[in-house]
Amino acid sequence: MQQEELKNRLSEIKDKLIDIEQTTDNRIFLLCEAANAFSVARFLFEDLSLRFVIITGIDSDDCFENLYHFSNDASGCVVTIKAFIRDREAPSIESITPIVAAAEWIEREIHDILGIDFKNHPNLKRLILFDDWPEGVYPLRKDVQK
Amino acid sequence: MKKTLQKPVLAVGPFHPLQEEMEFFQLTVDGETVTDIDVKISYNHRGIEKLSETLQFDQIPFLVSRICGICSASHPLAYIQAVEEIAGVEVPERARYVRTIINELERIHSHLLWVGLGGHFIGYDTVFMWAWKYREPVLDLLEEITGNRNNYGNVRVGGCREDVPDEMVPKILKELDKIEKKTDMLTKAVLDDPVLHARLKGVGVLSKNDAVRFAVTGPTARGSGIAIDVRRDDPYAAYGDLNWNVISQPEGDVFAKAVVRLLETFESIKMVREALQKLPKGPIAVEVKEIPPGEGCGRAEAPRGETFHYVRSDGGNRPIRHKVRAPSYVNVPSFKASCIGQHIADVTLTLAAVDPCYSCTERLAVVDGHHNVVHDYEALLHMSREKTARITKELGAPEFKLEDA
Amino acid sequence: MSVKIWSLKKSVWVFHVNTGACNNCDIEIVNMLTPKYDVERFGIKLVGSPRHADALLVTGVGTEQAVIRLREVYRQTSKPCAVFLIGACACGTGIFKGGYHVAGPVDEIIREVDPEAIIAYVPGCPPKPEAMISGVVKVLSAL
Repeated sequence: MQQEELKNRLSEIKDKLIDIEQTTDNRIFLLCEAANAFSVARFLFEDLSLRFVIITGIDSDDCFENLYHFSNDASGCVVTIKAFIRDREAPSIESITPIVAAAEWIEREIHDILGIDFKNHPNLKRLILFDDWPEGVYPLRKDVQK
Repeated sequence: MKKTLQKPVLAVGPFHPLQEEMEFFQLTVDGETVTDIDVKISYNHRGIEKLSETLQFDQIPFLVSRICGICSASHPLAYIQAVEEIAGVEVPERARYVRTIINELERIHSHLLWVGLGGHFIGYDTVFMWAWKYREPVLDLLEEITGNRNNYGNVRVGGCREDVPDEMVPKILKELDKIEKKTDMLTKAVLDDPVLHARLKGVGVLSKNDAVRFAVTGPTARGSGIAIDVRRDDPYAAYGDLNWNVISQPEGDVFAKAVVRLLETFESIKMVREALQKLPKGPIAVEVKEIPPGEGCGRAEAPRGETFHYVRSDGGNRPIRHKVRAPSYVNVPSFKASCIGQHIADVTLTLAAVDPCYSCTERLAVVDGHHNVVHDYEALLHMSREKTARITKELGAPEFKLEDA
Repeated sequence: MSVKIWSLKKSVWVFHVNTGACNNCDIEIVNMLTPKYDVERFGIKLVGSPRHADALLVTGVGTEQAVIRLREVYRQTSKPCAVFLIGACACGTGIFKGGYHVAGPVDEIIREVDPEAIIAYVPGCPPKPEAMISGVVKVLSAL
């Protein structure tokens, strides 16, 4: 869909969001709490038929962030859900793999490198770290030495 | 975790000497039909995103161009565009054109490489030798411009490092004419050959539905009727100024993907010609003093599909987060959908159609319930070639010929 | 010169091992077989099993996962054999030095298995096919 229509439709889920930020013409960020990420993702993928691109997991000092990147190819816009995972002790979030098959690998990868648990993921086993990598060491966390 | 034995598996041929080895792609079969796949990708994990946080913004193109050798122009370009988005940099016109020229030259040699590998997997070694011979002049041109046949490292924040010298333009145009002729011969030979039709059509089909579920991109998507292309959808470099077409085919099989890649090669040749003819005068870079705090998304259409980079800056001289998504990361899992139900003689070809790294394709094996290799890569390759030979015999077809004038 | 080493020099069958590489070196290795370089006329052939190989062409940094396999491949390669480390990554982990999943450099991994291993270094990123051919010729002449 064209950009104007996209922006109008995004306002339909405003109640699930903390804020909407537009950094450039073609880049929109939807900020939300972790609990709402699944329904916003479902809205983008199923209702708006946006294409799933990838998820970026970030260790942000006071919380974790999962950025779900989607693409509206008709207008070249990247719509990113920025979900804040506030619990640093036991970070977890609902898996979107049951509705977006393409998310299976990246959720496993984030689980490996950041230690975020993805609830109801159908296959949450190791993906990129070798078999004997020590449990509990998450290489992309800030406290792990570079 | 032990997999339960699905059906008794017949061991054919010698056991692979590395029995305890966990192959990259482990296929489970029922008779001669694939029923499931498990994938292990820890072999190639080098921890690039973490390394990126230790490097300065202008050093990172050298790192990311080595993520994947054959998409080595696309990764740095996508990354640098993410950084330029944060800094609000306006790249000079000439730089945009040089970036386009380099990236399209890469697409040409990458697609020719793919055609060659496809030929190799089905036993058409003439195609393999031919395609790889005719990609060499493209590598030579790239070496002359950037200093390396691969790993160009030609972008920096604000523009390019090396220019395409004006004196070189006639030479590139002449080489393109030759490459176009050869690609034309190759395309006609492939599209007309009855054995290739029988061998590739209906094989490894990725339905449009599955293509959307797996969020595939590039020729893998365009070969299943999904006509997306970052160059047109979210234009970058000079693509918005050039006249070209997005190529797509609806069938979703290996043949469709081959057609897409071959026809795209012609579009790339056209684009390089047009870009060279329109190459604007001027500088190839602007000075960028610092990267402010912020976040940016950069993407480029690599030969395999959309390459996506996300960068976050806190105003320092290094990124605090750099996410890399190569196109194969979404395309390879779709192999699960296109491979299940296929005959094992077709698996090497089905995997190749997704165009993963060459080394990834070497690590394909059929395993039994205890992860012992039943058919290794060599065996699967052999089966694929045997199938081609059988079809050739059945059709009584003339020998596939490629003239080398 | 012993009979064993002499037999190595007649024609070299090579087995390719990728221990975590970007594929540029791997593609340049395959390039050596194609018409422009055509190493088969020197009797250099890529084989499908280390048991049949006289030489290993090793690319990549040696990731934690891959070195497990590398040790086994080296053990299975018939001796005598020469190991050619192709590219900056194989010669010393290259630009990936310090990565958390990098167990290399691969020469140290091989020497763990066999301190007497014959190892040759062909640097470059990637080394051009001419450099690889030159490396193979140099080593075989020196043996």
